[in-house]
Amino acid sequence: MQWETVIGLEIHAQLATRSKIFSGSSTDFGAEPNTQANAVDLGMPGVLPVLNRQAVHMAIKFALATNAEIGRRSVFARKNYFYPDLPKGYQISQMSLPIVGRGEVEITMDDGSVKTVGLTRAHLEEDAGKSVHDAYAGQTGVDLNRAGTPLLEIVSEPDLRSAKEAVAYARKIHSIVRYIDICDGNMQEGSFRCDANVSVRIAGEEKLGTRAEIKNVNSFRFLERAINFEVERQIDIIEGGGEVVQETRLYDADKDETRSMRSKEEANDYRYFPDPDLLPVEVEQSLIDQLQQSLPELPESRKARFITDFELAEYDAGVLTADKATADFFEAAVEKSGASPKLASTWITGELFSRLNKAGLELGDSPVDAERFSGLLARMHDNTISGKIGKQILDQMWDSTDSADHIIESEGLKQISDSSEIEKMIDDVIAANPSQVEEYRGGKEKLLAFFVGQVMKASRGKANPAQLNELLKQKLNG
Amino acid sequence: MAVDEETVAQVAHLARLQIDENRVAEYAVEMSNVLALAETMNDINTDNVEPMAHPVHAVQRLRDDEVSESNNREAFQQCAPAVEEGYYLVPQVIE
Repeated sequence: MQWETVIGLEIHAQLATRSKIFSGSSTDFGAEPNTQANAVDLGMPGVLPVLNRQAVHMAIKFALATNAEIGRRSVFARKNYFYPDLPKGYQISQMSLPIVGRGEVEITMDDGSVKTVGLTRAHLEEDAGKSVHDAYAGQTGVDLNRAGTPLLEIVSEPDLRSAKEAVAYARKIHSIVRYIDICDGNMQEGSFRCDANVSVRIAGEEKLGTRAEIKNVNSFRFLERAINFEVERQIDIIEGGGEVVQETRLYDADKDETRSMRSKEEANDYRYFPDPDLLPVEVEQSLIDQLQQSLPELPESRKARFITDFELAEYDAGVLTADKATADFFEAAVEKSGASPKLASTWITGELFSRLNKAGLELGDSPVDAERFSGLLARMHDNTISGKIGKQILDQMWDSTDSADHIIESEGLKQISDSSEIEKMIDDVIAANPSQVEEYRGGKEKLLAFFVGQVMKASRGKANPAQLNELLKQKLNG
Repeated sequence: MAVDEETVAQVAHLARLQIDENRVAEYAVEMSNVLALAETMNDINTDNVEPMAHPVHAVQRLRDDEVSESNNREAFQQCAPAVEEGYYLVPQVIE
């Protein structure tokens, strides 16, 4: 039987405000428990929430970046449920009148195909606290530092048809919120969280199957694995004659499986109603215009510009613009080094990224900044050094604060482009390997690589590779 | 709309209210009466009326994004029944 997967994502992005959405407490991550939880965050009697202007502005910026409708009049509502990390007994959220309405984003798949994904809405709400379940015997510890951190909950239409599409969409939203600087996107710290609503149906069916909501996914890789596991699980159930139950399931990365969150699923009944403590929020056109002005160039248009202005391949332009920091780094490197965009692109996405990955670092924490990296590119561009030596120098720059020029100078790594010097080394190699020369001349042309290697070795990697190749061929053939 | 005893129990559970089982039937009648009163509003045509979000006709004032609170944990935790290492302790919430 042919099955079709249907996925919708709910993304919770913590907004990068200094203070909480309804109180003046700090939102800094990692503080001692409950040192950033004031009377409002604790739900003390008699307190009133006061809305943070910056959170409203950030939500509007998101709407502008996703061509979404802006709720010119939005209303906060109470979502009622009991849990110790929500001391008021309700979460302040938005229900029927959210600040962001319908929008859309484009995602590009690995094969280059482009798909438009609908956004249902995005609304402002407050985050809950955190519970610690295993530290105290028979008790749960509650830390309310996170309570009241502003969240933008971004809800997609059920437009996604595979785990790969879901990941591409999540990455796209991640890229957008970072570009417009409204969320730091840190998935490990929980500032960007994805819940996936997953269902399956027989291909061609109109009606959606029963969905399960998967929570607790803290990386894009796990999102893909969790969805794939869940799809298989649901298909197995249906093909085995069973029925999928609508429930919330947690992803367990260690076991690579999803499992039911509660044995007895209680039907949610949140009894939303408008929060009498907060008045409706109205957004003036002048504010929208002002925020529109403040938006940076977004990933789509930056990618298009990279393809046109820098003549980069679509794929490379996509990789370089997925993250604003990378795109900024690339542009700075090209401008400062005078190197070709192709060279800069290759070295950033190749050598630099692999070193960062290995060290587990973000570009922003790179030991080699754009300035120093440009210095290295410039010396490869003007043929002072070869790419091979470039890698060696990058390693040295990684562990020091030295410039490429300083390392080239002090280590004597300048490329040898003097023909007579290279010729002399070639002559020595030819003289030392008479049998290989004979074989080469007898037609075993792949021995050329052997000779290149020998001369390179003799030059300690410093011979200009293009010159070496040409001169070597002349000598061997002549 | 009539409220039955099952609904009374359900609403009490959602609000985490302990109610006397002997009075459930009585509550069901009282709640039905309150809803019947509200039902009379259904006779009014509200097609062109914007739902009221708040009885006060004003717009939400916003505050600047500034950290204005400092750490008052010690004071707040004095009224908590149990704290440890800065955490508020509550009965275990998962099995």
